Amino acid sequence: MSKMNLTRRGVIQTGAVAGAAGLTLPTYLRADGHSGFTNAPEGSSVTLGFNVPQTGPYADEGADELRAYELAVEHLNGGGDGGLMNTFSSKALQGNGILGKKVEYVTGDTQTKSDAARASARSMIEKDGAVMITGGSSSGVAVAVQALCQEAGVIFMAGLTHSNDTTGKDKKANGFRHFFNSYMSGAALAPILANNYGTDRKAYHLTADYNWGYTTEEAVRTSTEAMGWETVAAVKTPLTQTDFSSYIAPVLQSGADVLVLNHYGGNMVNSLTNAVQFGLRDKQVNGKNFEIVVPLYSRLMAKGAGANVKGIFGSTNWHWSLQDEGSKAFVQSFGTKYGFPPSQAAHTCYVQALLYADAVERAGSFNPCAVGEALEDFEFDGMGNGPTLYRGEDHQCFKDVLVVKGKENPTSEFDLLEIVEVTPTSQVTYDASIFGGELGACNPGA
Amino acid sequence: MFGLEAKDFRLLLLVALLTMAAPFILNPFPVDSGMAQFNAGYPDLMQRFVIFGIFAIGFNILFGLTGYLSFGHAAFLGVGSYAAMWMMKLLTMNVIPGILVSVVVAGIFSLAVGWISLRRSGIYFSILTLAFAQMSYSLAYSVLTPITGGETGLQPKVTDPRILDAALTGNAPKANLFGLEMGSSTDLVMGGWVFTFNVGYYVAAVVMIFAFYMSIRIFRSPFGMMLRAVKSNQQRLNYTGLNAKPYTLAAFVISGMYAGLAGGLMVAMDTQVGAERMFWTASGEVVLMSILGGVGTLIGPVLGAGAIKYMENILSKINKDILYEWFAFLPDGLQDFVITLVYPFIGKGWHLTLGLIFMAVVIFLPGGLVEGGQRIAAMFKRKKPSDNTPDGKTTPAE
Repeated sequence: MSKMNLTRRGVIQTGAVAGAAGLTLPTYLRADGHSGFTNAPEGSSVTLGFNVPQTGPYADEGADELRAYELAVEHLNGGGDGGLMNTFSSKALQGNGILGKKVEYVTGDTQTKSDAARASARSMIEKDGAVMITGGSSSGVAVAVQALCQEAGVIFMAGLTHSNDTTGKDKKANGFRHFFNSYMSGAALAPILANNYGTDRKAYHLTADYNWGYTTEEAVRTSTEAMGWETVAAVKTPLTQTDFSSYIAPVLQSGADVLVLNHYGGNMVNSLTNAVQFGLRDKQVNGKNFEIVVPLYSRLMAKGAGANVKGIFGSTNWHWSLQDEGSKAFVQSFGTKYGFPPSQAAHTCYVQALLYADAVERAGSFNPCAVGEALEDFEFDGMGNGPTLYRGEDHQCFKDVLVVKGKENPTSEFDLLEIVEVTPTSQVTYDASIFGGELGACNPGA
Repeated sequence: MFGLEAKDFRLLLLVALLTMAAPFILNPFPVDSGMAQFNAGYPDLMQRFVIFGIFAIGFNILFGLTGYLSFGHAAFLGVGSYAAMWMMKLLTMNVIPGILVSVVVAGIFSLAVGWISLRRSGIYFSILTLAFAQMSYSLAYSVLTPITGGETGLQPKVTDPRILDAALTGNAPKANLFGLEMGSSTDLVMGGWVFTFNVGYYVAAVVMIFAFYMSIRIFRSPFGMMLRAVKSNQQRLNYTGLNAKPYTLAAFVISGMYAGLAGGLMVAMDTQVGAERMFWTASGEVVLMSILGGVGTLIGPVLGAGAIKYMENILSKINKDILYEWFAFLPDGLQDFVITLVYPFIGKGWHLTLGLIFMAVVIFLPGGLVEGGQRIAAMFKRKKPSDNTPDGKTTPAE
């Protein structure tokens, strides 16, 4: 069938072109590894990768994270008022970049999809030479990107991710998380719930049908059952659900007197609104007032749910109304630059960026293994959460957890949550081995 | 050569040359120049080009030849990915078993889906495939969490059994081809330019060239002719006593296998799989790729895949700071004005740009980018009226 005509002239011409191409000699051929680790910064600057959701359900959080990162870069490079660098207990950072190198950054859009997040992280590592990746607003994305960074040999500083898995069964030596997790939420909430609602309650769980929902439900269940509550039912709701009426209706027939909404973001806004519209909170069941609990709260969610959040308990990583020096400094410099207080997502991302920079300074190298060593079992203070420990066994931060309540009389559109109690670290600390998983060895890449 | 006519062979040769030289072609700007932003020659994106190229080639066998518009092809991609991932977890980190099994599993799955969906045609067929894909997505996202890892997805772990491999010591398992790691690259530095040659990319590129060759053979075969007959008038085909269903089902399964192959390769290049790979938007994306490139043409879908992936990965990463650098030469007020105008179209607004380009292509170049290429070529060529054969390569589909 071949109808290919190879003429002598054609062959010679092709050969000549190929030869010419071959003669253009390369200056040098390099394989990775000349510097000992992936993307060792050359020259006078270092590139960090900020991988946040700019589109999709968590775009609001992502935008706030990006603001926080820009602020952190400004402070690291010596601009602005220095923010948390002034209150941070470690004084290694000089405001002259990191190790004297000016901090530059690239941004990407995770779209809250693991594939997109990994693609954008890989392009930051492979194309832009980022030596650290940080950000994200979902546990699925955090786990996916963390694994990628482990493979590529760069440090991953997780953004907002609350699932136990991130530093539990999916933990990686190159990944670090400052944010708290489901277990801590459960442990912090349970005593408050017992104090306010008694120990003989019947709980009904509505759980978002994905990993974060499962771990949160389990954490809240275990800790509330331990103090005497009974779990009547736990119903999974699809993540894409926007109308929860059909899930709320059976709650009243079940004989339960507490509804736990293991929902986040838009899910929580919708389910809570539905529950309140059904008049759940005005009901009396088993001779007690019907109550609603939201394990993970954020200011952005409270804003979405409006007046419905009044009096509802939940937990949060940080809140701008905290009155310690660190929190005040951060709210001050964020507010000056952007005109409104930061969210908890912004706070954790800002702190992560600073912690990374500080670890590099103290290690004296960008090598992920050296940085990891500097972060492991690092104790610090002045970052808005009180004394904090970066535990070496699972790369999880241990710090106080805030139990908050929707404010009855908000004074502004940002003043929606009030802090009920600051649960001390000791009460939310757990053994590193309970979630399984293997940290593995640190990977410097190359 | 290889049973191809000279014209097709030249096309194959061109595709082979382009893919082999891609690290050069895609990195036209020196690293330190401002234009380096537009370089696409880094491993991840090059791999995506060829993998989505394979996906689109396969999709085009169904859509371009039979005219059956499947809205659920991402399901096969996802199933292939999960299959390959499980091979990596259970058997070996060598990519060969994973890729082979992904093709087989996607083939079986598409046989089941096709068997049911092909009872209807037109819009009903599209909806059926869409329903299947969304079903697969939901299952993978929640109900099948033990198998699929749910939202978090699956990754190879150090502790996985992997019965064919020696035990790993400490570090993360890496996909390889007989010891050659997919992630390893060599940089060639020439003056200001850096060209990256990545093992994974070349593995995927060789597979794509083979997939492209297979698709040419299918397009030119009597089987391909039957598929075109289905597209042009299925009723007439039925009246001549032919049953079209075995042909459409075969085309459906073949294109499902292509999708599975793409899914397997995706896992081989980047060892992670998540359920959102099967979401309906992913199925829609491959339809866009085919239409943007040129439905029913051989090379069109590959071009469409490249165009969309380029925009997704390059345009979306331009942020406001970069814009300020670019327009720094303008006076302050004007600079802000220009940036306000441009900003909605880049960064997170890349979908908007894609939408505009897609509309422009559909309105002005119904034959896709291929038609654009032909029009440009025609401007420089003398008219040869007899050369215009309806061979599928030069004729736009609809």
